[in-house]
Amino acid sequence: MAEWLASIMPNVVDYSEKFWSSCLATGQMFLIAGGFTLMFGSVFGVLLTAARPGGIMENRWVYTLVNTVTNIFRSIPFVILLIFLIPLTRAIVGTAIGVKGAIVPLVFGAVPFFTRQVEAALANVSPGKIEAASAMGSGKAGIILRVYLHEAVPDLIRAVTITAISLIGLTTMAGAVGAGGIGSFAINYGQNLHHQDIVNVCVLVLLVFVSVLQGLGNMLARRTTNHRLFQRKVETK
Amino acid sequence: MIEIQGLYKSFGAAAGAVRAVEDVSLDICEGDVFGIVGYSGAGKSTLVRCINFLERPDAGTIRVKGFGAIRCEKGRAFYRPDAGGSWQALTEKHLKLLRQDMGMIFQHFNLLDRSTVFENVAYPLRYRGMTRGEIRSRVLELLDLVDLREKINAYPSELSGGQKQRVAIARALANNPRILLSDEATSALDPDATESILRLLKELNRKLNLTIVLITHEMAVVKAICSKVAVMEQGRVVEQGSVYRVFSEPQAAITRKFVDSSSGLGRIDKLIAEHAPVLSGSGTLIRLTYNKDCVGEALISEVSRRYGVNMNILLGSLELLQGSPLGGLIVLVEGDMEARRSAIACLCEHNVIVEVIEHG
Repeated sequence: MAEWLASIMPNVVDYSEKFWSSCLATGQMFLIAGGFTLMFGSVFGVLLTAARPGGIMENRWVYTLVNTVTNIFRSIPFVILLIFLIPLTRAIVGTAIGVKGAIVPLVFGAVPFFTRQVEAALANVSPGKIEAASAMGSGKAGIILRVYLHEAVPDLIRAVTITAISLIGLTTMAGAVGAGGIGSFAINYGQNLHHQDIVNVCVLVLLVFVSVLQGLGNMLARRTTNHRLFQRKVETK
Repeated sequence: MIEIQGLYKSFGAAAGAVRAVEDVSLDICEGDVFGIVGYSGAGKSTLVRCINFLERPDAGTIRVKGFGAIRCEKGRAFYRPDAGGSWQALTEKHLKLLRQDMGMIFQHFNLLDRSTVFENVAYPLRYRGMTRGEIRSRVLELLDLVDLREKINAYPSELSGGQKQRVAIARALANNPRILLSDEATSALDPDATESILRLLKELNRKLNLTIVLITHEMAVVKAICSKVAVMEQGRVVEQGSVYRVFSEPQAAITRKFVDSSSGLGRIDKLIAEHAPVLSGSGTLIRLTYNKDCVGEALISEVSRRYGVNMNILLGSLELLQGSPLGGLIVLVEGDMEARRSAIACLCEHNVIVEVIEHG
């Protein structure tokens, strides 16, 4: 097995330690930045939905603020954002390089994207359901948690999937400016040292990862459409 | 039960504002099935949403027995309990109380698609301090009321339109409200489902002494279950009264249009406009309305014989409203002018309402 691997991708085997640590770095960036993105993006998406004109907690100031900031960061290309945020990154985490230094720009790059996705998912919840919940005496929190977020689950899962995949793309770009990870491994060891097999393997790893994410997302979205993921049956006797 | 006084509601900026509800006053009594009819855009949906404050009125007072009164002026709202006392600012808490006393059902059901029938009906019961067992038994009770117990674990996507509306009704009744607001609840249903939902509403009205405020654009719905009706046009209530009164003696032009279209007698206008051959003979075209006092008599043939006129019946209808019969006929009276006049006078004497549509 080891011999066979060494014959088809000699350089990957030579640099296997570096390869695994790159995968780990990408995984770390993905999970940590992803976690923050999920958290902030959901909050901002809900804020946009609730505070928008005609929303359940209409508030022009909050809406305009979140909307404008989201638009600004959405319009900056990520490579520029990486450099632009270096001073801020230093101030927050103490360094602008490595996995740690990549988290801040990754979050800034992915949150606006995810915020818009969440907003779109929640906008798909029919206003009639919101009205019905209000008519039943449900409060604002009840409407957000029990109607908006509950009914939008399949769309939210799709949003998470798309964001996760684009976040992987961002982590490889962050690699280009010294964040480490599969991106920088492919550039520094594959491209710069002319080891085509390293580039190929990096592409393959990313391809598999993205496919798994997409497949998982599709399956969960399908299973949660007009259905709960785990249903408790109620006995009628 | 519900007393509405001087209610106004408009949308949009002052200059181009749409006046959805204008100076509406209604008195809805306990146990009424109160119909509000009008074409789309007449303001009936807005009016009913003002009753449970899904829309905040610009001005007006709404008094609900057992809850208190809400007064709106210049966009601000005040609340006063039934027992009296001073007006205080209206809060979310008051609205919650009000809404627990008023269930509402909708044209498109508005069920949660990702929740089972059980979860949908349990929605208003949760977070109110009830135990799991209490919620379960209450939901079962409600599902028995709408005859849907066996669907407890089904999802809305697995139900027919009529069944979905039954679930919505069960959900609306979860907190034992005394009032049910129905916003075009049967408009998206096929005729069979419409009939069964209307029957259910009537049954709930009788069994639970539930006051129902029902919005519709179909006169047939009003005829089927309402005891009183208000007709709306351009934000105003142009006519209201008992269903029988409104149907037998419609006053406003729009009411007449609604009544005619539901009885089929409205088709005469179309026949006239199209110069239909049945109208080609010379004669007086009249419209007769029989109320409960004279439906039983064989007037037409008697009059025809006595005055020597031909009574050509073109259109006719007979319906039962609130248990009382109401008949309508469109008749072409042929004969010499004097005889026609006497015949019409005779019909009037017998309490038949006669209107001359056309002399020919």
